[in-house]
Amino acid sequence: MTALRPLLVPHRIVMMLVALGIVAWCAVSMRWDWIPRYSGLALEGLWRTIWLLVVSSVLGMLLAIPLGLAQAVGPWYLSAPAKAFCTIIRGTPLLLQIWLLYYGLGSLFPQFPAIRNSELWPYLRQAWPYAVLALTLSFAGYEGEVMRGAFSGVARGQIEAARAFGMPRRTIFRRIWLPQAIRNALPTLAGETILQLKATPLVATITVIDIYAVASRVRQDTFIVYEPLLLLAVIYMVIAGAIALAFKRFELRIPARAR
Amino acid sequence: MNSSPARETASGTGAGTEAIRIEGLRKCFGELEVLRGVSLTAHKGDVVAIIGGSGSGKSTLLRCVNFLETPSGGRIVINGEDIKMRADGTPTHRKQIEKARTRLGMVFQSFNLWTHRTLLENVIEVPVHVLGVPRAEAIERARTLLARVGLSEKADTYPAFLSGGQQQRAAIARALAIEPSVMLFDEPTSALDPELVGEVLSVIRDLAAEGRTMLLVTHEMKFAREVASHVIYLHNGIIEEEGPPEAVFSAPKSERLKQFLQTVA
Repeated sequence: MTALRPLLVPHRIVMMLVALGIVAWCAVSMRWDWIPRYSGLALEGLWRTIWLLVVSSVLGMLLAIPLGLAQAVGPWYLSAPAKAFCTIIRGTPLLLQIWLLYYGLGSLFPQFPAIRNSELWPYLRQAWPYAVLALTLSFAGYEGEVMRGAFSGVARGQIEAARAFGMPRRTIFRRIWLPQAIRNALPTLAGETILQLKATPLVATITVIDIYAVASRVRQDTFIVYEPLLLLAVIYMVIAGAIALAFKRFELRIPARAR
Repeated sequence: MNSSPARETASGTGAGTEAIRIEGLRKCFGELEVLRGVSLTAHKGDVVAIIGGSGSGKSTLLRCVNFLETPSGGRIVINGEDIKMRADGTPTHRKQIEKARTRLGMVFQSFNLWTHRTLLENVIEVPVHVLGVPRAEAIERARTLLARVGLSEKADTYPAFLSGGQQQRAAIARALAIEPSVMLFDEPTSALDPELVGEVLSVIRDLAAEGRTMLLVTHEMKFAREVASHVIYLHNGIIEEEGPPEAVFSAPKSERLKQFLQTVA
């Protein structure tokens, strides 16, 4: 009850009533009868969106760590290509990258019999591997830059203490440097993951049926425009909220500094 | 570990076994020669206090001992093991340095506790992940050490939530956890508020009393006089004067040391 108390003040109660009124109005006077027909497809689309987000973020992060490290402390022959990669990825639209991979690379592959006959072909002829690849590279490009800052931002004394106690370099990286860099980057990563979520609808342009593509399908089939889009907005907001909460919890587990 | 207080005053002639020996150590930062041939020997149980004005090279000396700074020349022998280095001072065997470092318990001016780990985790980190001590055993030992420095209740607290004095005491526990043969203190109280200095000094005093070998860089002259078995006064990168604390503090021979003692008194 105590947690609710700050909500129970007049101006907030009024706002909540207004919100409830809008929701009620939407429920009553808009058309929702299409939902049961498309619920199966919508669930598949939702699953695909979440799957794309998780896989591309995790793989992208795994790439971002060496990219950031190379830029922060690497020799020039590692830092220069890493920097170039991040600059190119961040300097071009994601939609362009997706299309270049799918229409460019994707149409190049069938010309080689070796590829057509390979065991990978059943995957390479589908659209989703290109979607995963493009989203992964994009995430890696942005997060590589974030990790560069995070690695440089770890206090010198932290690494020095580890060296002073005879920690081998790998152990220092694994136990001290990387965890501290990731912790420093967490607030940024939370925002970037939400941006990544909002980038996923672009894969609909290369025939991957994510939740956004399902909403478009409903519009094309039934000529109902607003209702699917409204529902879509709510779904994205719920996922974004869940991401923010998850990161917040993770952040609070390791307090960086006293509050 | 080494409970026999072999406190022969002068270094170099002591009866105990040699813990650390430095010969003709030099260190240049570019053109600037910070250490210009420093030699010292600490035997088991010795407490060597290194004093001197700012820029005298005392911190650099300590940091060269565990190769946090790469010496530019000279010789360092830790527990009878000669650290191999090239003519320009760079160590040739990284593994040898890493192993030697696990015998040296370093305490920093700015504590440098790992901020993403609790005190207990800080103390068990090196034993578990470098020395291969079983976790349960390391935790048990860590709790004893934290109790010793008066931080039992803070074992599960993160460093950011503690005072400087508490952090420094925890840092001492962390250094003790590796069962070092020599403790290195780099101005352990310089970053502390005056009212917190006492609690840290009393921990160090106890360690001295139990016969631990230590190199102690400090600005606390009274404290150095009280705990040290041997005092070294560094000036401009060389040892200007050294000897037992009574001699160095009560009857300084060099003009510079006299002046220095007057300014810090």
